[in-house]
Amino acid sequence: MARIVGIDLGTTNSLIAYMQGKTPTVIAGPEGRTMVPSVVAYTPTGILVGDAAKEQLVHNPQHTVYSVKRFMGKGLNDVSQELQYFPFNLSEENGVIRLRIGDKALTPPEISAMILKELKARAEAFFGEEIRKAVITVPAYFNDSQRQATKDAGKIAGLDVVRIVNEPTAASLAYGLQKRTQGTIAVYDLGGGTFDISILKLKGGIFEVLATNGNTHLGGDDFDRRLVDVLMREIKTRHGVSLDGRPELQQDIRVRAEQAKCRLSKESQATINVPLPGGKGDYRRTFTRAEFETLVTDLVEKTLAPCRQAIKDAGLSATDVDEIVLVGGSTRIPLVQQRVQTLFGKMPHCELNPDEVVALGAAVQADILSGGIQDMLLLDVTPLTLGIETMGGVMSTLIHRNTTIPTSAKEMFTTFVDGQTSVDIHILQGERELAKDNRSLARFQLKIPPLPAGAPRVEVTFMIDANGILSVTARDVRTGEAQSIEVKPSYGLSDQEVERMIRDSFVFAQQDINERQRIEAMNEAESILKATEKALARADRLATPEELAAIRQAVTDLKSAMAGTDHRAIRQAIEALDKASYGLAEKLMNNTLQGALKDKKLSDVT
Amino acid sequence: METSRKELPLARSMCWHCQSDIGGEYFCGQCVKVQPLSKDIDYFTCLGLPRKLNIDTVSLETKFYELSRAFHPDFYEGKSEMERAVSLANSAILNQAYRTLKDPILRVEYLLRLEAGAAKDIPGKAPADLFETILEIQEHLEEFKAAKSQNDAASAARTADLLKSARKTLDAKRAALESRLAELFQIWDRLVEKVPSHQTHSSQKEQTLKEMRGLLSERTYVTNMLGNIAEALG
Repeated sequence: MARIVGIDLGTTNSLIAYMQGKTPTVIAGPEGRTMVPSVVAYTPTGILVGDAAKEQLVHNPQHTVYSVKRFMGKGLNDVSQELQYFPFNLSEENGVIRLRIGDKALTPPEISAMILKELKARAEAFFGEEIRKAVITVPAYFNDSQRQATKDAGKIAGLDVVRIVNEPTAASLAYGLQKRTQGTIAVYDLGGGTFDISILKLKGGIFEVLATNGNTHLGGDDFDRRLVDVLMREIKTRHGVSLDGRPELQQDIRVRAEQAKCRLSKESQATINVPLPGGKGDYRRTFTRAEFETLVTDLVEKTLAPCRQAIKDAGLSATDVDEIVLVGGSTRIPLVQQRVQTLFGKMPHCELNPDEVVALGAAVQADILSGGIQDMLLLDVTPLTLGIETMGGVMSTLIHRNTTIPTSAKEMFTTFVDGQTSVDIHILQGERELAKDNRSLARFQLKIPPLPAGAPRVEVTFMIDANGILSVTARDVRTGEAQSIEVKPSYGLSDQEVERMIRDSFVFAQQDINERQRIEAMNEAESILKATEKALARADRLATPEELAAIRQAVTDLKSAMAGTDHRAIRQAIEALDKASYGLAEKLMNNTLQGALKDKKLSDVT
Repeated sequence: METSRKELPLARSMCWHCQSDIGGEYFCGQCVKVQPLSKDIDYFTCLGLPRKLNIDTVSLETKFYELSRAFHPDFYEGKSEMERAVSLANSAILNQAYRTLKDPILRVEYLLRLEAGAAKDIPGKAPADLFETILEIQEHLEEFKAAKSQNDAASAARTADLLKSARKTLDAKRAALESRLAELFQIWDRLVEKVPSHQTHSSQKEQTLKEMRGLLSERTYVTNMLGNIAEALG
């Protein structure tokens, strides 16, 4: 079977891993770094991803996208609170956010696809073969739209996403494989932008998720913002410098705040220097760990309610949990570790690298799917209740949250009026009573043959697969025939749009390849031109006038080819010049050799 | 959210792939292909259990894990589209079966649906012996909400105490209903074991089902009431 890699597509950093024999291993880049910052920069000379893009954050903020995961599967009003932190012009079309970068309007899946492509290229360079299949992780609390958006990103990047795995459960696979743990474990996963808690039972190789909960809008980014807010306020009151409309400075402060936050996990204080505009010097500010903890304590508290709910949903009490595993960079914060320890009454485990464990788990799941590991099986759950809107705008439950997936529910539909030819169905996800308070997933219309009221019987099956993604099928019970239905996602790309993006990305990829080949040909042309000039300078007595004319002509041809963009034309001109100058080069060579040999004895050269 | 139009093969006595006789096995003896579970399979049969109400949850879990290893889509990634569709459908049935039978209340509700064709949800009915008490609790709930909205701390505290003592009454009632239910579980299981020799057998069964249904209906009501109190008290 074709190789399947495991990818952790994170808010702040992304990683790619594979199974080296029986050990999951993260693939490092050329500089030995395993993490690829989830940043994409659109520069005039091309698209940059990762560390190179991160450098652009401060210089080129309006063309550099970070934390795009926060926008996946979302509409504009979902992220209205965040907009002040992002220097982009955002709009919404067909329920999908578009980020205006220069003259392009890009969707979050397209931008995520750039990160995936970078990881894919990294793995391809490592293996020396094309990578087509991947397992990609998502926060456990991601809803259907967010999962689908992730799958779309994979498709656009040219990957067949064979499985979407929940991040905390992926971590449990890596953890369980290494520790051979049995019993009940809790995975507390606080990443750059999302929080998840999952409670699992590990027994005889089965990893059964009992309950999961979380918040897809809570993570390290929010901690950074608390520091940023303080700095911006103080700079304004003390120096009268407003940073509104200065995205470069805002990004600069954000990056410095993030670094200070990381230092505060190890040290008791950290100083931030912010260079002020207009030669006003630096703004220097020292934060103690205690002050930082006061600033973020409510954020840490916000993670505890989902923990309590998950424990309750699992039918357990906090003390029933045998081990607590910490995942995600934000769990390095001492306050987080303290609070988790208090809640569960146990020391959490933090010996695994919290940045890498999710990617390692994705590699383990990939190995299970390719038939490698056969004694481990992950039984995951759907994080949110699925239902449909009924009379009076109430949500009627079809599948409860924390139901093991795959799972399905059937619902019978009929008509209320004679001759009614369709029924509208609105699918929802969420825990609230009223339809309007829950997430709208999709709407579709069931076509029904005209019959007396109540006579038609159409059975609709809602299936949630092992990826946590919903599919819908309908069947006319009287005829037994399958009904085709056209589902319109509320917050997602249509199949046609995804197709177009795959094509675009292919065209761009072709452009990228052409560009690279042109640059290579140009470099070669320049070095051959230099060599030819040198040769001509020494050629006086060695070349015939015909030879010299031919060489000069070939040089002119090459120069004009270099003015164009066709790398093939450049290559042809290089070859022509090579041919024309061959005789001269040979004579030069012999001449040099003779010169060099003049004073040597035969015995020295043999 | 995705749309799919995959057609599943129907469960039959012959293998959908090589047409050999499968005799109700999950895998074909000839070609080892996974076979679809019947659409009408009941959850007890699916997990290899008689239709009894007392279930050993440890062996239920063992059976569930064993069948999960047989059906889960993780083990069908490289297989044909048909096998993958069968694996998905079978896993979905298995997961629902386990979820239903694991929980005693869901289990008996399901049995009632199977045996007596009861509706999907059994409507809640106020227990007759608690009629007066329930009326009082409803009044207290109203008073408590009113006191809260008017910031009347004194009467809020007073009604909260009343609700807390009402909660004790309801908890006791629920425990009583559940213990009677447990007795009926035993009675039902003995009836299932018995060879149906005399005519009273089926009427005894019917009688037991009817009583269980009544108990469940009252239990639902009491549970909802407790939920309302918990919500009000926060």
